[in-house]
Amino acid sequence: MTDRVPVLKIGDVLLVSIQVDLEDQMVMDLQEDLSQRIVDTGAHGVVIDISALEIVDSFVGRMLATIAAISRVLGADTVVVGMRPAVAMTLVELGLSLGGVRTALNLEQGIGALRRARDQGPVGR
Amino acid sequence: MSSGVEPVEESAAEESPIVANADVVKARQMVRALAQQARLSLVDQTKLVTAASELARNTLTYGGGGSMRMSIVTRDGRTGVKVVFRDEGPGIPDLELALTDGWSSGKGMGLGLSGARRLADEFDLVSEPGKGTHVVVVKWAR
Repeated sequence: MTDRVPVLKIGDVLLVSIQVDLEDQMVMDLQEDLSQRIVDTGAHGVVIDISALEIVDSFVGRMLATIAAISRVLGADTVVVGMRPAVAMTLVELGLSLGGVRTALNLEQGIGALRRARDQGPVGR
Repeated sequence: MSSGVEPVEESAAEESPIVANADVVKARQMVRALAQQARLSLVDQTKLVTAASELARNTLTYGGGGSMRMSIVTRDGRTGVKVVFRDEGPGIPDLELALTDGWSSGKGMGLGLSGARRLADEFDLVSEPGKGTHVVVVKWAR
């Protein structure tokens, strides 16, 4: 049995802070857990903090894009925060630019972006 | 697909099996430690570890498991890290196609091999149907 990434609820935002080197199975579990939590809580936003991640490979990159897409379908906006500069450089060279994923430098800016999005009503993309 | 990966000297060689998901995580951590030992910059460490992660997952997913061998290499006074992935899986029928961005035999985004090649300084891929796959990546300290 592998560990699971905790999903925390703060107001109408769900916070996922990834603190360990992810096994592929944990990534799959997180997608499921988070989708369920969005439905259960009616959250309007999801913040995924990846500041502890030393690398983001194509598998994790795809997971971030998929989570953002699923959340959107379930009525929540997703912001990925805290990406390290070396990770960003590597990800782009790898060929993943995370075009469909909203990002912010840190947690504070991420929550701010979600607030603004919510105040403006549904976001068209 | 040979790009002439012929390091003069090799040291600190370590080998590790890749037969389960946890081994992909372990492979990343081992490569990270060796890249630090070889004094690669943080960005180069990150690129090499990411390339190793892609290749380790390929070894597991498409090769049906295999092994990783890594070492510190020196050539012409330069130091680098070389990582070799080997499996006895079905092999890759069309190497050119497999190295194309977006090409995938099934799951994934098709960025594993082509991405790993971009992230490494040297890249060598040998594969034949029925004879498994052998991938070498080298990243040099600047």
